[in-house]
Amino acid sequence: MSELAIETKGLNYHFGNQKVVDDLSLQVQRGSIYGFLGPNGAGKTTTIKILLNLLKSPADTVFIFGQELNTHRIASLKRMGALVEQPAIYGHLSGKENLYNRCILLGVKRSRAMDMLQLVGLSDAANKKASQYSLGMKQRLGIALALLADPELLLLDEPTNGLDPNGIIEIRNLMVELTTKHDKTILVSSHLLSEIERTATHLGIIHKGKMLYQGHIEGLQELNKPTLLVQVTALEAAATFLNSKGYETSIAGNCLQLPYTSAAESAKVNSMLVLNGFEVSVLQLQKKDLEHLFLDITNPN
Amino acid sequence: MQALLISLQSEFYKSRKTLAFWAAILLPLVICGLIASGTFFQAEKILQRNYPPNVLWLNYAGAALGIMGSLILPFYVIFMAFSVNNIEHKNDTWKTLFAQPLNKFSIYAAKYLFAVLLIFICLVLFLLLTYGSGLLLHALEPRLKFDAFSPWTLLSRLYLKLFLASLGILSLQFFISLVWADFLKPMGFGFIGLIGGLITASKGWEYAYTIPYAHPVMALSLKKSGPVAIFTQEIYSSLTYAVVFFVIGYFIVAKKSIK
Repeated sequence: MSELAIETKGLNYHFGNQKVVDDLSLQVQRGSIYGFLGPNGAGKTTTIKILLNLLKSPADTVFIFGQELNTHRIASLKRMGALVEQPAIYGHLSGKENLYNRCILLGVKRSRAMDMLQLVGLSDAANKKASQYSLGMKQRLGIALALLADPELLLLDEPTNGLDPNGIIEIRNLMVELTTKHDKTILVSSHLLSEIERTATHLGIIHKGKMLYQGHIEGLQELNKPTLLVQVTALEAAATFLNSKGYETSIAGNCLQLPYTSAAESAKVNSMLVLNGFEVSVLQLQKKDLEHLFLDITNPN
Repeated sequence: MQALLISLQSEFYKSRKTLAFWAAILLPLVICGLIASGTFFQAEKILQRNYPPNVLWLNYAGAALGIMGSLILPFYVIFMAFSVNNIEHKNDTWKTLFAQPLNKFSIYAAKYLFAVLLIFICLVLFLLLTYGSGLLLHALEPRLKFDAFSPWTLLSRLYLKLFLASLGILSLQFFISLVWADFLKPMGFGFIGLIGGLITASKGWEYAYTIPYAHPVMALSLKKSGPVAIFTQEIYSSLTYAVVFFVIGYFIVAKKSIK
């Protein structure tokens, strides 16, 4: 049995001449919450549509639970539930009827529809026309539809779009509960790291169709090397001096910047500078938060 | 087969509150109701003409058939082909529909079949209501001799012909409504086609059978006496259009990239 719920191998996808997915090798472990991050237009939704076989992938590039998607389309879709972009809901039907309609298509008992409405907090609005729902309610109904068949794998494309802070927290808790208590695997896309860093166990950062980082969320933190900022007189001379002593320095604004190794090393740098006639006014350890790191990864310039 | 049936069941479920669905029932009820009440209130005038029972029936059934064949049926088919596809375009639900674990052909065929069934239901109701209301008129006004001649075979053959003649328009309009999401293109195309079909059929153009919109009118023109021939040139043409555009439509759906 494959340990990977989703695997893509060197996946490429074009819209006309434009390459929207570029050599993407996605690896989503079973039981994980995989945060699929990238700025708008990075190729997240396109990738999700490929995973659902809505956009056709080249042969032998996409595997769902170890099975090739194009040749096992129906078997793979049976194990997946999805919410793609804006929730697709029939506006002339009520929330309950939207779920009943999906029950027909999936061969699921109608009682399950009521359970799902309860789960996403829409029981009171069950008989209201879906066209009269707020964006947040539509999003909840979309999640209820995705969960209806109790799929092993959930693909959620920006599921907290339009939700209020309470709703966002509820969805986060629901995702954690689904993976920890019900052994589900979730791929959740977002353009905001802060939104999923608390729930995701794994991260994939995509930009212009390319995977820039993939791994544990802690791994991203490790990438984040701390730096030492030194505010000193005669910046250029100080930099030349430290370089001659074997340090890698750069000038950032009115400070010198060098990799931080230890407190003792920082003290040594300070005393060397002072002893050689430079006046050090500030010595500061700097570590970027994940949000800045994400921005750096996706916007190297 | 299972996938086709559940897709069809879902089509009925989600369309049961739409105008296209109710029109299949309301159109025959309203039109037959109006013609029957008109006949009842004009009974004296009709009796003065002293029609033999078969002519009485032809006049009576012809009122519904004429208006149906030339205008209402083609227009209803155009509207329904639009409506069945528009329900997905409008709600942006193609993507969820094709992300269900059902084969794409079943989803597509169920939509088409749903439209075919609605036309069938509509025409069967016309047949039953025309026949039933004739007998009812006789019961209410025994001097109207609707009982003295049975138009059943003639009417059922004509309605069957009308049904077959509408399938070409259905496939063509279904295809157009599948490709274009807006209201104007399918309806505009259908309307122009309908006018062209009416003109060519009524002027007796020899190649009118090549225009699907002309088929219903042509199907109802009785040229010779004797039983109504069902498989005439325009019916073969209609069925060919139906099969060809149904197949092309499927290829569009199968290749449909949902962006």
